[in-house]
Amino acid sequence: MFAMANMPAPPEPAATPLRLAGVTKRFRIAKREITALGDVHAETSPGLVTGLIGPDGAGKTTLMRLVAGLLSLDEGRIEVFGTDVSTEALKVQGMISYMPQRFGLYEDLTVQENLDLYADLNGVPQADRSASYTELLHMTGLAPFTSRLAGRLSGGMKQKLGLACTLIRPPRLLLLDEPTVGVDPVSRRELWQIVDHLVRQAGMSVLLSTAYLDEAERCDEVLLLHEGQLIGSGQPEAFTQTMAGRSFHAHAPGVPKRALQAVLTATPGVTDALIQGEAVRLVLDEGTTPETIQPPGVSGLALSPVAPRFEDRFVDLLRAQNGAKPRAALSPPPSGGSSTAMRAAIEVAHLTKRFGAFTAVDDISFTVKRGEIFGLLGANGAGKSTTFRMLCGLLPATGGQLKVDGYDLRRAAAAARGRLGYMAQKFSLYGDLSVLQNLHFFAAAYGLRGARRNERINWALSEFELAPFADATSRDLPLGFKQRLALACALMHEPDILFLDEPTSGVDPLARREFWQRINALAEGGVTVLVTTHFMDEAEYCDHLVIMAQGRILATGTSEALKHAARSSALPDPTMEDAFIALIHADSGQEQAA
Amino acid sequence: MLARLLALIVKEFLTILRDSKSRAVLIGPPLIQLMVFGYAASFDLNHVPFAVYDQDQSSYSRDLVADFAGSPTFQQVAVLHSPERIRSLIDSRKVDMVLDIDPRYTRDLLTNRPAPVQIIVDGRNSNSALLILGYANDIITSASEEWSKSHGGVAPLARLVSRALYNPNLDSHWFIIPGIVALLTQVITLLVVGLSVAREREAGTFDQILVTPLRPLDILIGKSLPGLVIGLVEGSVVILATHFWFDVPLEGGLAQLYTGMFLFTAAVTGIGLMISSLATTQQQALLGAFLFMVPSIILSGFATPIANMPVAVQYLTWLNPMRYVLDVVRDCFLGQPSFAMLMPDYAAMAALACVSLAAAGWLFRKRAV
Repeated sequence: MFAMANMPAPPEPAATPLRLAGVTKRFRIAKREITALGDVHAETSPGLVTGLIGPDGAGKTTLMRLVAGLLSLDEGRIEVFGTDVSTEALKVQGMISYMPQRFGLYEDLTVQENLDLYADLNGVPQADRSASYTELLHMTGLAPFTSRLAGRLSGGMKQKLGLACTLIRPPRLLLLDEPTVGVDPVSRRELWQIVDHLVRQAGMSVLLSTAYLDEAERCDEVLLLHEGQLIGSGQPEAFTQTMAGRSFHAHAPGVPKRALQAVLTATPGVTDALIQGEAVRLVLDEGTTPETIQPPGVSGLALSPVAPRFEDRFVDLLRAQNGAKPRAALSPPPSGGSSTAMRAAIEVAHLTKRFGAFTAVDDISFTVKRGEIFGLLGANGAGKSTTFRMLCGLLPATGGQLKVDGYDLRRAAAAARGRLGYMAQKFSLYGDLSVLQNLHFFAAAYGLRGARRNERINWALSEFELAPFADATSRDLPLGFKQRLALACALMHEPDILFLDEPTSGVDPLARREFWQRINALAEGGVTVLVTTHFMDEAEYCDHLVIMAQGRILATGTSEALKHAARSSALPDPTMEDAFIALIHADSGQEQAA
Repeated sequence: MLARLLALIVKEFLTILRDSKSRAVLIGPPLIQLMVFGYAASFDLNHVPFAVYDQDQSSYSRDLVADFAGSPTFQQVAVLHSPERIRSLIDSRKVDMVLDIDPRYTRDLLTNRPAPVQIIVDGRNSNSALLILGYANDIITSASEEWSKSHGGVAPLARLVSRALYNPNLDSHWFIIPGIVALLTQVITLLVVGLSVAREREAGTFDQILVTPLRPLDILIGKSLPGLVIGLVEGSVVILATHFWFDVPLEGGLAQLYTGMFLFTAAVTGIGLMISSLATTQQQALLGAFLFMVPSIILSGFATPIANMPVAVQYLTWLNPMRYVLDVVRDCFLGQPSFAMLMPDYAAMAALACVSLAAAGWLFRKRAV
């Protein structure tokens, strides 16, 4: 109780599912102390879905584990329905269920056996089981799959089974740690329906963490975390409403969208400028009117108001915290490629990849033009990573042709690989090496030497603002800086073609914007970019999209065209996610008809 | 081209040496192992506890007991007055041997008949039982020779004068510690190299270098040279300790020794890289390294002679680089072999190195899933 001495804690009704008072947790990593959570005060309301929103490293999982009593607090107090977690952890654990990011399913047991196991572990009486099994299986749509091994389920089905196992003993407070990460949009919607159902029907309180900002709008209330600080809390509509009248679509005749975005980003009075299809989506600074936006060198700028989004507010809050706007990307346009300008950058014809009996990629064909940003979209297991790896020459194709800059990289001489840059999903860097040592290594690996090498390393240090971290060990860098370093390493040799595999997963919205600014500048300079992503809004930045499912191409086209195809009376203005889901539904409908 | 190779090698050393934990792993455990093996591993027996059941109780029998008690091999810990306790003493491992002198010992001795003495040993450890019997036999043989000489008896028909070349005292440390040179070099090289590709696979950096213009051969050299250097440096530390700390003579030429060590480390590096390319995680690589390590030590002749193994297993040892380097190291420490004498060992290790390194290089790309 002494921790409470200096903070007033008025008595509250015990029905508050979760009360955080001055919650602080620090970790020591390699002699540095990191504050995972700093003095967080918050309360949640009963019978609602509370979203814990923030990018990777914000402290979401730490908070979840503290509430579940799996970590001990450094300072402060956490109460679950009025019970102190630090002193009565067992009692609290009786009231909650916690589904961690990677739920411990036994992959060699069937769906039914997993349910039985968790029922046994939670001591659910035999008599109650059949009723709750029926309900859980119905709710999760897993009823037809009870005898399937858990390891054979898709990512989304695994998450649903994990949720079912968590719910075998219905808790008063349900903790879900990023249940939708790595799950395709269709399964994401289904998971949300289950969560909504739980809250409405069973009156459960839910604390759900997510890094997807669009999911915040589905929560009843949100807690915004950033770098261990609570930067906002309340109803998501209230957040979005504060941005009313500040969001616009911008068009300017004769100005390419990327150029327009670059100019607008640097224009005073603009908080945020993003490419959305053929337009640039603008968020203005507070108190700025559309008329005052005068980007230099652009005439005839037309702004039409659009509905604000939750992400706008988050970016606004982060900008307010960080102060400065990111500088405009200054990547020099690469010189190469002029002689081969007429040749397609990437050509894929009837490409097939089989692993044993399983066909991961099934007879796909597409062409990527030079200087284009080309997006490869799809759920987990759709075959986009396999396609990506075949293009990079990391995996042999079973059949079909593929040419990157005129070469099949699997067979071509090593020098042919010198034309492409590659940035992997996990920002593959040598964690034990310093920033400078990583840059030196990749410069040498691409055959740069002497003055040229020094010049490029200096370019990387200044362009990506890595100079202050030059001697820092890469492993200890913040995620956003790891991403910058990975991109710097991939661009060391000024490639003509850049491969990006989910390049922005987990980084905060500001870092994502900065990253895309650089990519846009590269594309303007003639670099061809092939990117895979599961952020549907990032698909909007691409010139051309391929949507894959079950190894096949469902649709190709611009994001505008794809969205247009999904338009209906029920959905007059579909988002990219709506378009994606419509395509998947149409596909599975066809399959059933066939 | 050389610049790229150099960068790969520098990178490899930095990943191993920049982290204080992995630095410690390279220095600490091998030194501890060296000390433990160096002091603990020995075939020699000293201070074997034994009990005396002297039923004769004469000055002659006491002389015989004194011969045993005075030898550095044996240590008398009990005197028995009845046969009942013999079994319980051995069962409880308080003694390894009981010297049972018959009541007729003096009588038979003085009447020039063979005097009966019984030695009872604990046969549960057959190896040390044999050694104990051997030592006991030596003591009794020399005692009876002594007796014959002083009592004008007939000299024995032939007298065995044995002289051991290279290890005159047959000190088993001289046999075992040079073996540790090979053992520790193998352990360290296998761990350093075996984890290196798997670690990069886990971190995704292996893909990253596969998409650079580096060729598989560059990567192979870049991966194996650091392992080779680290293995040789560790080996040298053990060689120095063997000579200067454990006082094992180093008679042979360093050139012969290091030719063998180099070829051995190259072969082990190749095997380590093969294991590493097959593994997708560091855990698998570690498991693979141990799956190779244990049989390779047993099949090397490190502790038990290869000649004692079944013929089929003896053929299997041909694939084991450690088998050959043990010959080289032991010969070089205790003898003065010429290059020609060691050529079969060198050739075998060189062949193993070529095959395993080539296979590893092929697996790099093959196993890129």
